[in-house]
Amino acid sequence: MHPRESFEQALRGLEDDIVRMGTMAGALIHRAIEALQARDAGEADAVIADDTRVDALHLEIEQRVIALLATQQPMARDLRELTSTMAISIDLERMADHAEGIGKAIKRLIKEPPLKPVVDIPRIEQIVQGMLQDALDAFVRRDVALAESLAAKDDMVDDLRSQVFRELLADMVKDPQTTSRALELILVAQHLERAADHITNVAERVIYLVTGEMRELNV
Amino acid sequence: MRDSLQTRPNFNFVESGAQTDQPTRRGAAGLIDHAGALEAADVHAWFDRLHALRGVTLSIPIRQVTAIIGPSGCGKSTFLRTLNRMHELVPGARVSGRVALDGEDVYAPGVDPVLIRRRIGMVFQKPNPFPTMSIYDNVAAGLRLAGVRDRSVLDGTVERSLDAAALWDEVKDRLEKPGTSLSGGQQQRLCIARALAVSPEVLLMDEPCSALDPASTLRIEELARELARDITIVIVTHNMQQAARVSESTAFMLDGALVEYGPTNSLFTRPTDQRTEDYITGRFG
Repeated sequence: MHPRESFEQALRGLEDDIVRMGTMAGALIHRAIEALQARDAGEADAVIADDTRVDALHLEIEQRVIALLATQQPMARDLRELTSTMAISIDLERMADHAEGIGKAIKRLIKEPPLKPVVDIPRIEQIVQGMLQDALDAFVRRDVALAESLAAKDDMVDDLRSQVFRELLADMVKDPQTTSRALELILVAQHLERAADHITNVAERVIYLVTGEMRELNV
Repeated sequence: MRDSLQTRPNFNFVESGAQTDQPTRRGAAGLIDHAGALEAADVHAWFDRLHALRGVTLSIPIRQVTAIIGPSGCGKSTFLRTLNRMHELVPGARVSGRVALDGEDVYAPGVDPVLIRRRIGMVFQKPNPFPTMSIYDNVAAGLRLAGVRDRSVLDGTVERSLDAAALWDEVKDRLEKPGTSLSGGQQQRLCIARALAVSPEVLLMDEPCSALDPASTLRIEELARELARDITIVIVTHNMQQAARVSESTAFMLDGALVEYGPTNSLFTRPTDQRTEDYITGRFG
């Protein structure tokens, strides 16, 4: 028997669950934006409820990492892999929290008539989903170049969010009646922008995992 | 000005008037007037025809704990024993290369190896107090060998050495009891006190905790860190967590050669050599 067999198995299991968790968090964000466009209160409630599944997976991953730190006393790449897994799990859990936040905003929004069709927010969401896919691929393939490429996409998200903010601000000035709805939409854009930041953190952890270097991607 | 290796006649005892002074902190400061840096350059060692060390070059910084790790048989203990000329005590053993203590070659002709072993003390895997001697006599043995007879000097040094070794409080009321009456961890600290009593500049520790329980192990590790404020420490260990806990620098040896040497934090989180990575992650060894 290989001396590291059970440890390797545990590491691979964690890696699979990180991908699973990332996919779950991404799906929640997607469902939240669809519910926003459809003004679907039931789906918004379901997104809020399903966030607890991501939370549960996060706690389980954390417990497994702690157990491995205690029992295996990992060094070098193993240590970087486990600490990165823990950090990535926290970021993915936060990302899902933003889906929950969007769900809550939707429930407040649909109490009033629609302000205008949402166009830019789904575009931000599309970029966020692309970033998530790249971050998870970079994690599985240990691909530093792919991880580094997320910085540019994070900038695109920041720019789009600022654009949404400016437009809604102009609407509020023009017609103060729209203020509460415009603020909710700004909040949704803000949630997506924060989700992109968490994905960028995941990419930073992938770089650390492979190279041992800690650096900020979105400076 | 330091005495040369050949002529250093005696130890720097604290004046008797100072002996009652309470030290502001525990440590070897009252015993050690000087810590030494060690430089090994292209050191080879043989046991008869077995070439156990194959050209090790390593610079050991002053007043730090330096750990040497590596699998069994990699030459880490042999290397340690070349530093204070203990390797040559084994019949058929040979050494080549240069080992310098504060720039002076310890293998130069005319250098007294006994003096070197006093300046570069050693603590072994298994605690080895002198079996027929009391706790007091164990610590005083080195001084008596050097001709010290003055009781007050002996008393003061024994107390300071036991205190520096974090053992004084546990044994001060039974100094006349045999050294072997102590627990394993206490015996190891007694051996450290014995080594400190002759004011060494460097302390070599060869797997000093491998026969000890976890609590005693942590005490020795804590002690090593504390002593390193005054003295240079080199510790050989097969326990990587111990190296990680206790040392500022770590050297990884394999097959009689030095593979990687650097700050402990980087070596254990991002080693540069694949063989280091494979060893510390348990892929071999």
